[in-house]
Formats: sequence, structure tokens, C-alpha cells
Amino acid sequence: MERSKNDVWVGLFVLLGALAVLFLALKSANLLQLNWNSQYQVSARFDNIGGLKAGAAVKSAGVRVGRVQAIDFDNQSFQARVTMSLDAAHQFPKDSSLKILTSGLLGEQYVDISPGADEKNLGAGDRIASTQSAVVLENLIGQFLYNKAAEPAPAKSAP
Amino acid sequence: MSITALLARLGAATRAQMADWGYAARLLARLVWLLGPALRRWPLVRDQVHFLGNRSLAIITVSGLFVGFVLGLQGYYTLQRYGSAEALGLLVALSLVRELGPVVAALLFAGRAGASLTAEIGLMRSGEQLSALEMMAVDPVRRILAPRFAAGLIALPLLCAVFSAVGILGGYVVGVLLIGVDSGAFWSQMQSGVDVFKDVGNGIVKSVVFALAVTFVALLQGYVARPTPEGVASATTRSVVMASLTVLALDFVLTAMMFSL
Repeated sequence: MERSKNDVWVGLFVLLGALAVLFLALKSANLLQLNWNSQYQVSARFDNIGGLKAGAAVKSAGVRVGRVQAIDFDNQSFQARVTMSLDAAHQFPKDSSLKILTSGLLGEQYVDISPGADEKNLGAGDRIASTQSAVVLENLIGQFLYNKAAEPAPAKSAP
Repeated sequence: MSITALLARLGAATRAQMADWGYAARLLARLVWLLGPALRRWPLVRDQVHFLGNRSLAIITVSGLFVGFVLGLQGYYTLQRYGSAEALGLLVALSLVRELGPVVAALLFAGRAGASLTAEIGLMRSGEQLSALEMMAVDPVRRILAPRFAAGLIALPLLCAVFSAVGILGGYVVGVLLIGVDSGAFWSQMQSGVDVFKDVGNGIVKSVVFALAVTFVALLQGYVARPTPEGVASATTRSVVMASLTVLALDFVLTAMMFSL
């Protein structure tokens, strides 16, 4: 009968579509690397975050250990408050310090954790005190020009 | 012609347009309402999925493959200028999953399946088969339109996923096998940049919306076609044109809503 034949083909079609979705989810997206593990949140204040965005990576020694959760402005200290969620599998000493770095010359910015030496580890809700701002290219250039201008002009060679 | 006659004509045209819109909205609400009952009569839907989905598989696969090839080539030429040819996988996957997959699949679907839906129903209308059904107290919306609507909603998202997947494989073939981008970088850049829910999920949501739009436009145009050969011909043309334009406009709106951050 024609109907049962159709059934098989439609079934195959649906199977193919499901396989395609599975391929997209597993091979091209990061479903397998998706983090279902527990995380803990820490915050820090930066003088300048440069181009850091929510969702940026938090790395230690180049390995991703968490993500930037939220960025907002602290009205009291006039600094940027960055909230990060770190994987519970990675614990860092309480006196660890943060830096905002750029991957490559023009790559995206991320937060780097350098572990400190404290006996106690960071817990949920802790605040990391030692931070270093992002390098803003314009400031750097401005500083360079300023220093250049302050230098005494090179003596003209006598004719 | 006097001003009043002009005004009267404008009013009549506006009123007719409003009535068309109202009728279309009522039919759409009816079709969405009938989705459940239609799925319960599975044999009807199955035959339509076979007609709309399986028969479109060839064109979708071949186009997906070639779109992937072209993306691989063009992406490579542009990216290697900036020394970042490894990002090719990311570029191919993101453009396919977010935009090209849903949109191109929907456009092809409008041409391949939407046109035939309109022609079929328009011919039923002009052959007075729809009137005959009504005469027998069979509701044509429930018996003819609803199964096709449900089948379109099932078929297009699956076709879109096939399109994107085949396109990524096409990009892989050109980028990695022919040009020689590193295979590990190709996949790992893709995996670190493509998000399951934000990118793949939103792509699927897009294709469901497009499926709704294309199938509905095709069914409506067929259902209200003038029952003459010219009427069916112009309805088929209008179906493809309107469906394509609707898809492109909806794509802009959806993209603005989904990826505005």
C-alpha cells in the first residue's frame, strides 16, 4: 500500500532533520562543553574595564575557569563593578589578583586571575581587592606624546 | 472626476484592504487553533510532510552544500587577509545557523513547496472541489488547509536544520580539505563561538516563524484565488513574492529582537 511506504520516507525525513539538529548542537555549538557544574560568584572593582563585556572569559594561566556575569557602575566609588561566576571545580586563594588582558593584539578582552598565596580560598560573594585596569590605547598614546613633548628638543647640529 | 468620487474610491479601497486583512487574521487564528485536531488525523499530515518535506530535500541539500562551499571560499579570502583564517569555521557556522540557513531554506521552500500548495488549492477552488466539500458538510479549512499548515510547520524547521548542517559540511570540505585550514582550529573556533541556545536555538525559532509565514501565505493565496486559470496563475506568483518578502522582513525584525545585545 502506498501509505505505509510514505510512512517510511516521512520517518526517514524526520530522522534526518533530527540528526541535523543534533549535529548543529553537538559538533558546531558547544553543548558538550556547556557547563552544568556548580559555580560561585565573586566581584571586583576596576578603575577602567576598557572593552570588557558580560560573557567574556575569566582565565587563569590561559585556561578558562569562568565567565563575566555582569558589569555595572558603582555610584559610590565611581568604579566599574564586575561580577564573575567561577567554576566550583577551580578554587583560588583569597588574595588573588585580577588583570584585564587582551587575547592577541586586537582580540577580545578577558579577565586574568593570578593566584595569590593566602591559605583561605575565595568563597561565594567575596570581593577581590587587587585589580589592574585594562590598557586603553588612547591613554597610552597620550602619555607617550606627553613624554615626548616634555623631553628637551635635540640640539641642532652645527652647520 | 470630482473630489468626492476620489475620496469614495479611496475609502472603498481602504475598506476592502481592511476586510482582506481581517479575513486573513481570522483564517490564521483558525489554522493555529486547528493544529491539534489536524495532528490527530496523522495520515493526512504525513502525506503532506512527505510532499512538502521529502520532495524538497534534494533542492535544500544541494543549495546548502553550495552555499557552504561559497562561504568557505569567500570567508577564506577575506579572513586570510587579516591572518585569521582559523576563524573560518566560526564564520561559516554563525552565518549559516543564524541567518542563511533559516532565510535561504524558507525562500527555497516558498518557491518549491509554497507555490505548489497555492496552485493545488487554487485549482481545487476553481474546480469547485472546495464548494463540493462544503456541500457535503466537510469543512475545507479543517480537511484541506489545516493538515498542510501543520505539515509546513513540521517540514521547514527540519529542512532548515539540514540546510545548515550540510552547509557547515560544505564549508569544511572547501576550507579544510581543499584550501588546507587546520581542521582542529576550524572546529574548535566554531565550538567556542557558537552558542547552543543563542545561535542554534534562535535559528530554529526563526525557521518555525518562517514556516508559519510561508505556509500561511501560500494557503491563503490559494484559498482566496479567483477561480479562473489567470486567477490561479496570479495567485501562485503572488504567493511566492509575498512569502519571500514576508520572510525577509520578518528576518530583520527577528534578528533585531534576538541579537540586539
